[in-house]
Amino acid sequence: MRLERELTCKQIVELVTAYLEDALDSTDRERFEEHLVFCDGCGNYLEQMRQTVLVAGQVDEQLPAELEERLLAAFRGWRA
Amino acid sequence: MEEAHLVAALRARDEAAFRELIRMYGAGMLRVAQMYVSSRAVAEEVVQEAWLGVLKGIDRFEGRSSLKTWLFRIVANTAKTRGVREARSVPFSAFASDEDEATVSPDRFLGSGTGFPGHWAAPPSRLPEGSLLAAETMNVVQRAIDRLPPAQRAVLTMRDVEGFEADEVCNALDVTETNQRVLLHRARAKVRAALEEYLG
Repeated sequence: MRLERELTCKQIVELVTAYLEDALDSTDRERFEEHLVFCDGCGNYLEQMRQTVLVAGQVDEQLPAELEERLLAAFRGWRA
Repeated sequence: MEEAHLVAALRARDEAAFRELIRMYGAGMLRVAQMYVSSRAVAEEVVQEAWLGVLKGIDRFEGRSSLKTWLFRIVANTAKTRGVREARSVPFSAFASDEDEATVSPDRFLGSGTGFPGHWAAPPSRLPEGSLLAAETMNVVQRAIDRLPPAQRAVLTMRDVEGFEADEVCNALDVTETNQRVLLHRARAKVRAALEEYLG
């Protein structure tokens, strides 16, 4: 046990992206995962971040109509 | 249309293929351009210049990277050149990995006078799965992305909206692995907060 090195929730939330990106070294990764075992709040936080990524992936950003017209005009100019 | 077909159609000067491509990637490319130039108007010019570069270069495109990767590299490079001409370099603070900046309000955690300092005072709860992909939720997320600082918005757009890998983003935007991750972290945390506020 390394109780004195236990991570707080406040630290966990700043490590979530590094965890999801697999950028934590093995010791930190273990400490992170140990924390999640007993902390529902951080488990929910991690899940919310995963859900955020999921929803962002479904966003269908619209090209502004006037920019589309302008690009099409440029295309016709190039083709001519 | 598949990518190979789109490339062939673009080479054949097919307007429908061009329209399909700008509808797929144009908005994301605008986000990337906005990271390097000062105004929306200049960013739109950059996107137009980038597409003209794409059209001029399409015959020489060899498909060693995906078309999408090539498009985003071209717009990033065009924007960087334009940013230099505008004498605007991206402020260092946009990239700085200021690790002290908290992405969750300190009010959410217990203070030092308590038995569990740094632990949740107001823990997050589970979000209702069924509402996640509802149209209004998507609007909330879209607006949260719109409000992000330009560098965070460019990274989140490339990673989470367009689905690029981290190394592709580092290459296109010229940021280090660490800075890419810090920008992504801050961006995702803000979008998460908007999602939690709306659904929580």
